[in-house]
Amino acid sequence: MLELVPRAQPSRRMAWVSPLLALALTALCGVFMFLAVGKSPLQGLAVFFIEPLSSLRGWSEIGVKVAPLLLCSVGLALCFRANIFNIGAEGQLVLGAITAGAFILQFDDGSGSGGGPLMITLALLAGALGGAFWAALVAWLRDRYHANEILVSLMLVYVAQLLLSYLVHGVMRDPDGFGFPQSRLFDQGFLLPVWPGTRLHLGIVLALLAALFAWLLLSRLFAGYRLTVGGLAPLAARYAGFSSRRALWGCMLGSGALAGVAGACEIMGPIGQVTPSVSPGYGFAAIIVAFVGRLHPIGVIFASFIMALFYIGGELSQTRLGMPNAITGIFQGILLFSLLACDVLIHQRLRWRR
Amino acid sequence: MPPRLALRRITKTYPAVRANDAVDLTVEPGEIHAVLGENGAGKSTLMKIIYGVVRPDEGTVEWDGQAVQIANPAAARALGLGMVFQHFSLFDTLTVAENIALGLPPDTPLQALAGRIEQTAGQYGLDVQPHRHVHTLSVGERQRVEIVRALLGKPRLLILDEPTSVLTPQAVQRLFEVLRQLAAEGCSILYISHKLDEIRSLCHRCTVMRAGRVTGVCDPRQETEASLSRLMIGADLPVQQRQARAAGPVLMRVQGLDLPRAHPFATPLSQVAFDLHAGEILGVAGVSGNGQQELMGVLSGEDPRAASDAIALDGTPIGRQSAAWRRARGLAFVPEERLGRGAVPELSLARNLLLSHQEAQTVRHGWIRSGVVQRITADIIDRFHVKAAGPQALAGSLSGGNLQKFIVGREVVRRPRLLIIAQPTWGVDVGAAAQIRGELLALRDAGCAILLISEELDELLELSDRLVVMAKGRLSPSITREQASREQIGQWMSGLWPGAAQAAQETAHA
Repeated sequence: MLELVPRAQPSRRMAWVSPLLALALTALCGVFMFLAVGKSPLQGLAVFFIEPLSSLRGWSEIGVKVAPLLLCSVGLALCFRANIFNIGAEGQLVLGAITAGAFILQFDDGSGSGGGPLMITLALLAGALGGAFWAALVAWLRDRYHANEILVSLMLVYVAQLLLSYLVHGVMRDPDGFGFPQSRLFDQGFLLPVWPGTRLHLGIVLALLAALFAWLLLSRLFAGYRLTVGGLAPLAARYAGFSSRRALWGCMLGSGALAGVAGACEIMGPIGQVTPSVSPGYGFAAIIVAFVGRLHPIGVIFASFIMALFYIGGELSQTRLGMPNAITGIFQGILLFSLLACDVLIHQRLRWRR
Repeated sequence: MPPRLALRRITKTYPAVRANDAVDLTVEPGEIHAVLGENGAGKSTLMKIIYGVVRPDEGTVEWDGQAVQIANPAAARALGLGMVFQHFSLFDTLTVAENIALGLPPDTPLQALAGRIEQTAGQYGLDVQPHRHVHTLSVGERQRVEIVRALLGKPRLLILDEPTSVLTPQAVQRLFEVLRQLAAEGCSILYISHKLDEIRSLCHRCTVMRAGRVTGVCDPRQETEASLSRLMIGADLPVQQRQARAAGPVLMRVQGLDLPRAHPFATPLSQVAFDLHAGEILGVAGVSGNGQQELMGVLSGEDPRAASDAIALDGTPIGRQSAAWRRARGLAFVPEERLGRGAVPELSLARNLLLSHQEAQTVRHGWIRSGVVQRITADIIDRFHVKAAGPQALAGSLSGGNLQKFIVGREVVRRPRLLIIAQPTWGVDVGAAAQIRGELLALRDAGCAILLISEELDELLELSDRLVVMAKGRLSPSITREQASREQIGQWMSGLWPGAAQAAQETAHA
């Protein structure tokens, strides 16, 4: 009989092996799932794990998905480390798309000559401010009225989505768009530069820079240390004289701004206009990414890569295998559950006992 | 007659440590049997095995000569075992009777139970009122509730784990009378402690443990404290050298300090006042839960709710400044909780250094200077003999005593002008405790002002230049070490110092 025995110390090796084990378990579950619906598991796994990686186009499409996932999950990883459970990155992303879109629609006169690097920078900043503002609502309600940030940030997601819907059906709607609920297409000068021949845009660079900065923050900067202590031991933070309010505001504004930039990048990159759905749930998937990446800024780079792979694999399996759209969410969910299960092995080990 | 309880070759191994190694223990009927040992010697594990909380890896347990398997505490109680835990397991919001009913079958009528509680309590001269809510009881009263709860089961063996750590000297004497009466009626008592004088005055026999093994069985009445401590720590008790020296100028002045409760079970502070001079140790005696934690929080800045001018440092009001602000001006703090407050268990010692070392030497322009942090941490480990793998060892991997040595060392090397330290040797073994006390005296001789909050009267009498007593959120006038006697301090611990009643009335009318 197998039994779990507590370890004297948490295993550092297991902390890194566990996500890989979880990935393997997810693939295994995938095999059974494909078998259950009568598809070839080999073909299924190939569509998920091999086909996206076998062409430049596949890699670049992964990069397109990594950008928003990584931007959101870096911010969330910082929040979660500080025990601030912002699960509303999706709403902050949407708000970033709204503010960046509003900015562009204001300055883009449709002449084809507007835009340029300065305008792009300002539009990204507008997105950051929009996301930060949406997060600031959560921080304020928590700080002033002790409102639960999990609930507030989650519910503000739906408010943001409805706000976006209201705007694209109203003032943002393209007057020449035959009544379709979407804005007019942005001018080339307002779109992010792309890798030639692909849709891979500047957002991936911003995301990697954000991850790098977060890594510096946590490993070298005192501000990151304050966050870590505040999350691990609030009493110790008070003993040291670190302000928990400052941590709350800092984390919320920072992660909100990053999610806002992600939203801005989406409409200035692959979408190119404001539409009623600017994200297929990147903000929620980023929660899983943050945990799979061990809340570590470098870890989340790998985790967002895996999650992007699931998005592409999900899209491909719709066309190749006729699987439903839900398959992406199923794989994401199985991955999170497998990870939580494998994490048991960090603090305990398996022992064979007769 | 067979022994009431006999343990043979009990062994229990945890992942990192062998807590009990072939331990033998025999308790006769009607005997008060001491189990003496330092923290970490394996006493608590042994008691948990007897009470069925933990299962031994090897060895046998005999009860009245019969081999038994005690699977859980309910089985232990059914055999006739009672236990009074060191940390009470009472719910604050329930009454005494309701708390006791929780451990009994669900159909026990509360009124009848209250009668039984009063009867049992009266039989042993214990004052317990069944209908009072637990949060209105003092710590000593709560302990009496725990004892009555254990006695209701008509135990034939009663286990008490460090029962006197929360009692005034007078209350200790009353407890001993109860225990002697119980023993005279034939109930065996297992008395766990590290206090040598108590064991010598109370117990008939003594099993001494060190590092999980039994190092001796003796009659404590025939032994001296020195011979017992040699069995316990394997060495002679170190003696502190202290010189009398004149105190310097006033560094901190606390006047009219009031603090309302932060939560329903906190102790409000009322008109606390004292002066703290450079180069002196001011001891704060008192039973825990009388406002010491609140006082510590207010003085350290963790609780910034005090009136600004209630606390003055060098004549400047600082009541509303943060802990970091105060630390930058030469204050240092050692809280009583080490894990989670004085240190973060999940972080390395080097990282834990930064909790209090936040000046330019270790943090420059917001960047952590890892090399310097590493070096200072290594120096502390070296100088204070902290048993740790190195600066990268996690704080949570250290034993309580070693972590306390690190935390005290961390504050001492900052060369503070004023140190506020609570329970410096709580749960620390005798050797480490002596070292920590020596450091405090050295710091005092170097001119540091020290406020020492402790429950251990011996420690206070050994270290302090002056003593004050805290009771019910108020502070007594100070007396010098030479004037202080155990009896007087014990009385003051109940709040009965000259002028106390009058002061209480004045605030009530104000």
